[in-house]
Amino acid sequence: MIKQFSNSTIRLYLSLMVDFNRFTLANGLKVLVHEDATTPMAVLNILYDVGARDEDPEKTGFAHLFEHLMFGGSVNIPSYDEPLQRVGGENNAFTSNDITNYYITLPAENIETAFWLESDRMLSLAFSEKSLETQRNVVSEEFKQRYLNQPYGDVWLKLRPLAYKKHSYRWATIGKELSHIENATMDDVKSFFKKHYTPQNAILVVGGNVKTADVKKLAQKWFEPIPAGEKYNRNLVQEEPQTEARKETVKANVPLNAIYMAFKMPGRLSQDYYAFDLLSDILSRGQSSRLYNSLLKEQQLFSDINAYISSSLDPGLFIVEGKLVEGVTIETAEKAIWAELEKIKTELVSEAELTKVKNKVESVLVFSEMSLLDKAMNLAYYELLGDAAILNRETEEFLKVEAEDIKRISNETFNQKSSSTLYYLIEENA
Amino acid sequence: MLNRQQAPDFKQVSTINFIQPEKKVLDNGVPVYTIYSGEQDLVRIEFIFDNVNWKLEKPLQAIAVSALINNGTNKLSAKEIAEKIDFYGAFFQTEYVQDQSSVTLYTLNKHLHSVLPIVKDVLSESQFPQHELDIYIQNQKQKLQVNLKKNDILSRKEFAHALFGDTAYGVNIQAEHYDALKREDLLDYFKAAYTPNNCTIVVSGKFDEAGFNLLNDFFGRDWEKSNAVKNSFSFTASDRKVVYTEKPDALQSAIRIGQFAINRKHEDFCGLQILNTILGGYFGSRLMNNIREDKGYTYGIGSGISSLQQAGYLFIATEVGADVCSAALTEIYKEIELLKNEPVDTAELDLVKNYMLGSMLGSLENVFSHADKFKNIYFSGLDYDYYTKYIEKVKTITAEELLALANKYLTTENFTEVVIGKK
Repeated sequence: MIKQFSNSTIRLYLSLMVDFNRFTLANGLKVLVHEDATTPMAVLNILYDVGARDEDPEKTGFAHLFEHLMFGGSVNIPSYDEPLQRVGGENNAFTSNDITNYYITLPAENIETAFWLESDRMLSLAFSEKSLETQRNVVSEEFKQRYLNQPYGDVWLKLRPLAYKKHSYRWATIGKELSHIENATMDDVKSFFKKHYTPQNAILVVGGNVKTADVKKLAQKWFEPIPAGEKYNRNLVQEEPQTEARKETVKANVPLNAIYMAFKMPGRLSQDYYAFDLLSDILSRGQSSRLYNSLLKEQQLFSDINAYISSSLDPGLFIVEGKLVEGVTIETAEKAIWAELEKIKTELVSEAELTKVKNKVESVLVFSEMSLLDKAMNLAYYELLGDAAILNRETEEFLKVEAEDIKRISNETFNQKSSSTLYYLIEENA
Repeated sequence: MLNRQQAPDFKQVSTINFIQPEKKVLDNGVPVYTIYSGEQDLVRIEFIFDNVNWKLEKPLQAIAVSALINNGTNKLSAKEIAEKIDFYGAFFQTEYVQDQSSVTLYTLNKHLHSVLPIVKDVLSESQFPQHELDIYIQNQKQKLQVNLKKNDILSRKEFAHALFGDTAYGVNIQAEHYDALKREDLLDYFKAAYTPNNCTIVVSGKFDEAGFNLLNDFFGRDWEKSNAVKNSFSFTASDRKVVYTEKPDALQSAIRIGQFAINRKHEDFCGLQILNTILGGYFGSRLMNNIREDKGYTYGIGSGISSLQQAGYLFIATEVGADVCSAALTEIYKEIELLKNEPVDTAELDLVKNYMLGSMLGSLENVFSHADKFKNIYFSGLDYDYYTKYIEKVKTITAEELLALANKYLTTENFTEVVIGKK
């Protein structure tokens, strides 16, 4: 999903207080500036409001392939990476089902190089055949490395189409199948660029050792001459309410049986998002969490157990997944998960347990302030949500969640009829 | 009129400031190095212990102790420890690496006095209950089974074993090693290694006099000493080994090749890091340019130099399409030969110099990164001169020096070559 994978995973951390200034250029590009004089570095982050959910069902994986092509040279600059490295900078990017995000970090005194490079590729790509051919191969190898040549690597390729029937979340960002990537043409690339890579569909954040007035001048110089393009109006087919339990069994050459359960939950903008986030923490954050203690330690049914939320913009998924201890039947394991879910549906969580997960959230917020890049990415993402200032109100929102909320959303969510369960089993003859 | 073909002016990074630690000593002699920053009300405290008393017949002793140290003391169960730490929003992490084991606490300052007693309890009175050990053995064996299906992980294991044999750096862990774990062995190791005379504390964040006194109250006394022997290994450059494990169903092959090199203490280390950067140490490296960006054989390829306390090695690693594995190997060796035979041209060398300086500047993102830079030199027996020389070397190294380094250290006839998948 990213240009180059590294161990430092990109997470959408929340933060306590990130000051920013904001203005909009004549062509519609939104610009946010976060001044931080404690660092000699600067970050230029640009979020394009396009993700795998915007793809044609017959051409999946395209938003991500396109992300790779953004590094294949632009209309006036044959190489993107080289000039940046020459001024001491680094870059990377990632694509999700919702967004595509590009970022540069470099010594603050060389920030103009980032404006030059980033604006030229928003103006137009070079559309080189060689680059398309190479990146088709690179992404095919990425597909193999991360999804096909790993035990359980293809879980999301199976789970998404089980949980979603209509919505474009039914495919993963890498795409449904290798052939979609292999068949991508230059015409596809050009029309995708024209449709999504316009100033109106982007949010630019500059952070670090910079001044807003200077950023404004640079933004006007490099980005404002770019034509506004046409506004992309998203009109996705929404998922219909799920009315019956879905089950699927996969057999593969894996050493352990595993179970994956997906429940529908509201999108990122729902007020209940905060309660869902805390609910997943209660169930699965760290060694004091419920699933870890009950299912892994006490009952010893799982060697690995996790619960988490997909945090997507459109209605998302609450996932429970685990690998079974050898000798435990899948039915026993599944029943035990349900027993924990029933418990949280019927009994109020204690104040102590709720305070615990809230305290943890507070800590994460403070620690996340230490990363300039995280701050810049967050500003862009929250601006996409509607207003970057939401970022600074997150703590309050978490603190508002009450035990009754946790019980209520658990009852709304953890029901057979809205569950999609995947058994991922050992293929005996493999 | 805006000329978009003209790159803006830029400057090479001129100065890089390192925050150096202040050293204090607890009453019992434990050194405490503090890297101070008052920007956030938080602190990271690392308790770092040398790995000791290596026994080949018990290769998991130190690893299991590191994993289970927070699983029960005389006073607290595993669950109680986790609940208390989590309640205060703190993070407790343990880590085992080749030379050291560490216990790290991250906490907001306001909770420091509440969480330090828990850490003290863990570090001085951990009990390793048998039922926790049993669960650990069961679950680790399962994780191992999953890992053994990953070609990349297999290639790492085989490569380390080929180079370092049956030492802590190279031992090839199997399921039976887990079965052989005994509670007594864990207790023995815990008492030998997690002691004040084998401990260095590195603190980073907002940590003042009061914080130090608190640390001293808990860790400066009532903590038993021991006589442990720090692990010591000697390696002689071995013959080239070739390991090939065929996986008939593989879509990709994992390649890992390399050889013994030098570690951070050696005067050539900085130069070799520059050479490594050119070869495979950044996105624009020669290996990436050729094998990913030109040929499209892989999602990623890289090279690295690893500096351990008693050895160093260099390696090149990638996962490539199974059908192009041999072609990829040929290209890798071709790139190495180029470095040995042709001087790097000025444009490329200047780019790499600027990139490395910017990268060093950017790597000092916050107070934790400054502490990490300190640990790199401190545990190699070096001081901040190392970074002064490093920056100087990056700025001044010549193509001739790099050519000489390539011929001295990239002796492919000695390369160990591991391939898991198909050739």
